[in-house]
Amino acid sequence: MGFKRKKGDGEGEEMESEVSGRPSFNTAERRNVILPSMIKNKDKRAKVYAKQKHEKKVEKQKKIKARDAAEKQALELGEEPPQKMVPKTIENTREADETVCRPDDEELFADIDADEFNPVLRREVTPKVLITTCRFNSTRGPAFISELQSVIPNSDYRKRGTYDLKKIVEYAKKKDYTSLIVVHTNRREPDALLIIGLPNGPTAHFKLSNLVLRKDIKNHGNPTSHEPELVLNNFTTRLGNRVGRFFQSLFPQEPNFRGRRVVTFHNQRDFIFFRHHRYIFDVKEDKQSGAKGKDGVAKERVKPRLQECGPSFTLKLVTLQHGTFDTKGGEFEWVHKPEMDTSRRRFFL
Amino acid sequence: MQHDEVIWQVIRHKHCSYMAKIETGIFCRNPYNVTGICNRSSCPLANSRYATIREHESVFYLYMKTIERAHMPKNLWERVKLPRNYEKALETIDKHLLYWPKLLQHKIKQRLTKMTQMRIRMRKLALKTREKIMTTPRRDMKRESRREEKAIKAAVLDKAIETELLERLKKGIYGDIYNYPELEWNKVLDEEKQAAEGVEEEEEEEPEIEYVEGYEELEEEEDMEDFSGFPSNGSGFDDDDEHDSDGEEEDDDVEEQVVIHKKGKRDSRKADDVGKSKKKKKKRVVVEVEQEDGDVRQTLKTAR
Repeated sequence: MGFKRKKGDGEGEEMESEVSGRPSFNTAERRNVILPSMIKNKDKRAKVYAKQKHEKKVEKQKKIKARDAAEKQALELGEEPPQKMVPKTIENTREADETVCRPDDEELFADIDADEFNPVLRREVTPKVLITTCRFNSTRGPAFISELQSVIPNSDYRKRGTYDLKKIVEYAKKKDYTSLIVVHTNRREPDALLIIGLPNGPTAHFKLSNLVLRKDIKNHGNPTSHEPELVLNNFTTRLGNRVGRFFQSLFPQEPNFRGRRVVTFHNQRDFIFFRHHRYIFDVKEDKQSGAKGKDGVAKERVKPRLQECGPSFTLKLVTLQHGTFDTKGGEFEWVHKPEMDTSRRRFFL
Repeated sequence: MQHDEVIWQVIRHKHCSYMAKIETGIFCRNPYNVTGICNRSSCPLANSRYATIREHESVFYLYMKTIERAHMPKNLWERVKLPRNYEKALETIDKHLLYWPKLLQHKIKQRLTKMTQMRIRMRKLALKTREKIMTTPRRDMKRESRREEKAIKAAVLDKAIETELLERLKKGIYGDIYNYPELEWNKVLDEEKQAAEGVEEEEEEEPEIEYVEGYEELEEEEDMEDFSGFPSNGSGFDDDDEHDSDGEEEDDDVEEQVVIHKKGKRDSRKADDVGKSKKKKKKRVVVEVEQEDGDVRQTLKTAR
């Protein structure tokens, strides 16, 4: 109980009334608010709690109404409406990162000119991709690889055998491939993606999760063989820029817009979401009624419609290594360490 | 005196800490055991004359114990280094175990063979690359999956993709594929009309929307385009050129830059502040349509 008996019987009544749930306003010394957890009687406690919740809800609704009314009034008067409150999100409150690319960064442009993807991105070389797996079998691996082949134009699949990865890299270099993708399996599921740029490109190791194959998507579409468009969202930092360009270098740089295929790599909080859609632009009429348009004019809007096809999965960068695959001797540009996860507002891509 | 029999009875029937009983048999974990099985003849404790082969850093040693040294545990085992060569090692064993029971000799040679084979195999394997299994604490795995879920919700993927596609359409990257340009203009017009509420439709001269734009990867809030900044490209940009030529009140800097105009009233300078004007390294014509409602309102205010 929240009170002591010593306080005397004269106050016992008031205490009782508190306990029974009726807030008594003459006990100014005590809290006005009664915690429902103080009440031992379940029935009463439930009632008090429900009442408190209802009161809170009513208050909140009142506030919202007042805010809306103020805004409407201001609009009608032609003044500035009161500042709309922006909710704090993790993206809003992200820790300031000094490696975020700025649009006027000379060093960035110089780096971009000098990096490994330049030949592909400048269309001097068409990308040619070799896909292989790790030594172990997996249940969904082959299906995933065949879907990857349909997504990435100009890609080949070779079985792994027991070759050393370094030997495979050499073989691919000899055959003029521009990148090598290794789908790694753990517990019979594709688990990681190792993308190696060739001839001396970086090696990126990604953790793969949440894989959904085409056959498991409802109403999936079937991709054609036109070259897809790329959408790369939210790659802000230098590292992110590099990774984004890496993805870009897997695809040919001449998208065929008539094919209406779009491949998206969307980075959110260091998770890169891969999606593959077919899109079409619809013209829809919609009547706009509401605050903005007093006249319910039937306006035509152009809205893109997406149909998901192909696999969808999530990637998370684990390591980025300069040069081709060499865990012992290679120079790692970025390695994920558990201590980087300590802050919820810090992201690296 | 050594009472092997007594020792054996006690060990086998009472308790031996080296004994490991599993479903396939009874094994002896004593490092000096030749065969590894818990047997009357293989027990190093219950046999006063015994020999084994043990390995240290891929060198094989022959260990022997005799009854004469049974009372000196420290010097109990005599160690002989065996040569690397298999045949020579066999000869050495023969020499040392010359008058020993046949069973023991046989078992020792078997053990030598096995260990030699193991040594060869280990050496071969060390040359190949093997995958190293690293474990992650479950806490981290769960944390990752939780964060991933929240990130999925935060990234409203479909919407993001749709807005991106729409923007590309507006920019005219798709050229003439979709015959929507007409509608686009209408839409933009209507939007402006509606946004400027309470404005008598006087001035609204056709908003000359000029497209200009710095085509760097970075210009669009961290968006990257497929074909970043390649001058003189493709068919998609022909439209832009057309538009550019159409626009009257263009204020072009010599180096290209941006100029965005909506109602012709606006000062070009203001537009520069407002619009995304960047110095483009490459002369790229790209269009950027900026709907600045705030600006419009400003003009209204100033108009008053």
